[in-house]
Amino acid sequence: MAAAIECGADSENNMSLKKAVCEASPLALRIIAECPVTKARACDLTLPHCVVSTPVFMPVGTQGTLKGITVDQLEGLGCQICLGNTYHLGMRPGPDLIEEAKGLHGFMNWKRNLLTDSGGFQMVSLVELSEVTEEGVKFKSPYDGKEILLSPEKSISIQNSLGSDIMMQLDDVVSSTVTGPRVEEAMHRSIRWLDRCIAANKNPDKQNLFAIIQGGLNAELRKTCLDEMTQRDVPGFAIGGLSGGEEKDDFWRMVTLSTDHLPRDKPRYLMGVGYAVDLVVCVALGCDMFDCVFPTRTARFGSALVPWGSLQVKHKQYAKDFQPIDPDCQCPTCKRHSRAYLHALFKSDTAAMHHVTIHNIAYQLTLMRSVRQSIVEGRFPEFIRTFMKRLFSSREQYPSWAVDALASVNITLE
Amino acid sequence: MAGSRMRLELNRVIQGGGRLGVLKGLGRTGQHSLEIPGCLLYTHFGTVPHLTQDTLQTLSDLPSVTQVTLSNIAEHQEVLEEFKDGFWKFAGLHDTVLYCSLHDPAAPSPTGYTTNKTVSVWGSGGRIELTVDKFMALQKTVKPDWYQSMADGETWQNNTSRKRVRKSVDRTLAHLDECLLVHQKSKELEGVEVFGVLEGGDILEERLRSARETAKRPVAGFCLDGLQTGAIDQDLRTQLITALTKELPEDKPRLLQGVGRPDEVLACVEAGVDLFESFFPFQVTERGCALVFSFDISPDPERAGRAPPKVLELDKERDTAGERQQNGDLNLDDQTQMTSFEISLKDKRYHDDFRPLVEGCGCYCCKNHQRAYLHHLLVTNELLAGVLLMIHNTAHYHGFFGALRDALATDKLDLLKRRVLRGREDFEG
Repeated sequence: MAAAIECGADSENNMSLKKAVCEASPLALRIIAECPVTKARACDLTLPHCVVSTPVFMPVGTQGTLKGITVDQLEGLGCQICLGNTYHLGMRPGPDLIEEAKGLHGFMNWKRNLLTDSGGFQMVSLVELSEVTEEGVKFKSPYDGKEILLSPEKSISIQNSLGSDIMMQLDDVVSSTVTGPRVEEAMHRSIRWLDRCIAANKNPDKQNLFAIIQGGLNAELRKTCLDEMTQRDVPGFAIGGLSGGEEKDDFWRMVTLSTDHLPRDKPRYLMGVGYAVDLVVCVALGCDMFDCVFPTRTARFGSALVPWGSLQVKHKQYAKDFQPIDPDCQCPTCKRHSRAYLHALFKSDTAAMHHVTIHNIAYQLTLMRSVRQSIVEGRFPEFIRTFMKRLFSSREQYPSWAVDALASVNITLE
Repeated sequence: MAGSRMRLELNRVIQGGGRLGVLKGLGRTGQHSLEIPGCLLYTHFGTVPHLTQDTLQTLSDLPSVTQVTLSNIAEHQEVLEEFKDGFWKFAGLHDTVLYCSLHDPAAPSPTGYTTNKTVSVWGSGGRIELTVDKFMALQKTVKPDWYQSMADGETWQNNTSRKRVRKSVDRTLAHLDECLLVHQKSKELEGVEVFGVLEGGDILEERLRSARETAKRPVAGFCLDGLQTGAIDQDLRTQLITALTKELPEDKPRLLQGVGRPDEVLACVEAGVDLFESFFPFQVTERGCALVFSFDISPDPERAGRAPPKVLELDKERDTAGERQQNGDLNLDDQTQMTSFEISLKDKRYHDDFRPLVEGCGCYCCKNHQRAYLHHLLVTNELLAGVLLMIHNTAHYHGFFGALRDALATDKLDLLKRRVLRGREDFEG
C-alpha cells in the first residue's frame, strides 16, 4: 500500500515501468544514475516502510536487535533497512508471538524496512544434525531436541508472520567449496523451492519475495539458474552461495556473471558481503544490496573500521592515543571519544563495544553513501582509485582479484 | 584556594525525618548544584554501565554529579598523566561535576590487603596498592571536583573485633591528615573538595569518635563507610547514623556508601543522610530485572488509582520473588539477589506481555518497548537488554529520589514510605 503511494509520487517519465512493477509487488526501483564506465548504478528502492538509497549496506540484527544499539540510534545513523534472521526468530520468540506483536517491526519497534533470510543457511551452518530432502531441511531443535522440518512453505509462513519488507526464498545451500553433482542438485532444487515459496506467500501485496541464484562456482550452473529464475515474476534477486570461503577469483566471476543476466529493473542483492573492498568492487560489478555480520561482530572485539583498514582499539599502542578512531568520521563515537578512552573502557564496560559498533555501522553506511554520491556525480571510477589508494599502502598490496574484477569493468588502477 | 566552594543550603530539617536542601557551588566554576536527598550518577570509568552518550541523554533530570572510582582508574594512571587535562575531559564528560571515590560500591573488594600505610583497589588487571602518596598522585591526574580521602573500610565482615574497628578509625584519620597535607600544598587540587570518611564498624563509640574527629578537619563533607547493605541490618544502621550525624556540622553533606535499596534509602534519609550512590539500578539491571515499585503519592486520583492490584497476579509474583525481604531483615549478604522492588524479565510469564515495564513511565525503554521484547532480549543474551533495562532502572531510581524530595517538602514522607514498602504489591497493575 505504501509502495503504491510512493509510486504515485514518482516522476512521470518512468511511470509505465513503475506501474508494471507496482502492480506485481510492493516494491519500486528507480534508477537514478548509471556509471558510464562500470556496471554500477544508484537507485531509489521504494519499499513499504521507506525509500532505500542504493547501493546499500544492510546491518544484521539477527535476533530482532542490532547488538546493543537502540532502534533510534540505528535510525540516527541513517540506516533504512536492516536484517532479521528467520531461523533465530522462528525459534525464539517464535512466529506466533511476533505476529501478535504486529510483526517484527512492532516487536522490535523498528519503523523502517526489514529483510529476513529464509532460515536455511543457519540451519546448515549452525545445526549439526540437519538433513536436506526435497521436502525441506530437517533438523533437531537445539533448544528442545525436537525434530523440525523447515520447508519452503514453512519458511515463508514464518517470514509472513515476521512481516518483513523483503523475504528470501528457502534455497538449498551448499558450501561454496563443494563441487560435483550435489551443486547441480541444489541449484535445481532451489528453483523448485522458489516456485513453492512464491505459491506460499500470503502477503504478495505487502511483502516482497526475492529469488536466490545458486549454482556454486560453476558458470554453466549459474547460467541455468539465472535463466530459470529470471522467468519467474519476483520483485528482486539475490546472488547466493558465495562468500563462504571460496577463492576470490571464482567469487567475483560468479558475481559479474549473475549481474550480466539479471534484469536491469530489479534490485540485486549480494548475500553475505561486507568487507569494504568487496563492497566497492561488487558495486562496480552491478550489485545494489549487501549484508554482513562482520562490521558489527568485529566491533565487539574492538576492531574499528577505518578508510585505511582497521584499528584494533584494544591493542596497547592506542592506550595513550588521544585522537578519535577516525579524525574525519562524523559518528557520535568519533565526535566524543578518543582511542585511549575506548581502549581503557573495554576493560570496564560493555558500552565500549557499543561505541565501536556505532562507529562501524556509520563507517559502512557512510562508505555506501559516498559510493552512491560518486555514481550520481559520474565520478565512480575516480572514487574507486582514491578508495583503493587510501585502503592499501601501495599498488603491490592491491588484491589481484580486485584488480582483475575492476579491469573487467574498465577500471584500471595505476 | 579558588573562589567556588561547595555549600549546603538546607530548606527543611525534620527532626528524625530527613533534610531537604540544595548542594550549591559545585564544579570548578561553581555553576552546578545537586538537590538533597539525592544520588550521584554511578559509572564504570565515567560511563553509565551499558550506555553511550546517545542513550544516556534520553534520560532527563540526571544528577549533575558523576561518580568515578579509583578501582577503575588506578591502572590508567600513566595514561591520565600523559593526557594532563583530567578525567572528565578524557572520558568525554562535557558538563558534569566529577566525584572520585575509592572503591566501586557494586564490586566489593576482597579483604586482608590493608596495612597501616596502604589500601588496595581491584582493577581489571588485579590489585593495585595505594599509599597516600600514590592516592594523591592519582587525584592530581584525575582532577575531580571532589573526592573522598583514603580510608580503611575493612570492618564490614561479621565478627570484626573491636581492636580492628578502632584501628580502622585511627588509620582513616591518619590517612585523612596526610591527604589534607598533600592537598593543601598542591596547586593542581586548588578548589577541589575533600570528603572525610567515617568508619567505626558497628561500634557506636567508635562511630562517634570517627565522626567527632573527622568533623574537626577542614573537609567539605562526609562519607559514611562500613554501613553498606550486607554488612549491617537496617535497625542498627539507623541507630548508628542517627547518633553519629549529631556529631556532624549541619551545613555539610553526608554521603552514605554502599546503600541503595529504596527501603534502606528511606530509612537512612530519616536518619540524616543526604547523598547516595546510584549503583542499585545497575545491580538490578545485571540480574535481568526492572524496577517497578511505586513511589507515586500524587493526590491526582486518576494517577493514584492507576494500579489496582490483581490478586491472582499478585500471588504469582510472590512465588518468584521469593521471600519478601522486610525492612530490617539481615538476609542481605548476597547483593545479586532479587529484591521485592523489581520484577525479573527473564520470567516466562513476560514472554507475551505487551505492556511497558511500568505503565506511564516516560523513559525511552517504556515509551518504545514492551516486556515481551525485554524478555526475548534476556533469554537470547542480547546486549540491548542491558541497555534498555539500565535506561529504565536509572530513570525509575532517579524518579524515586525526586518523589522522596517532594514528599519531604510536602510532609508526605510517611505516605511515600507506605507506598514504597507496601506498594510493591502493585507491580502487575
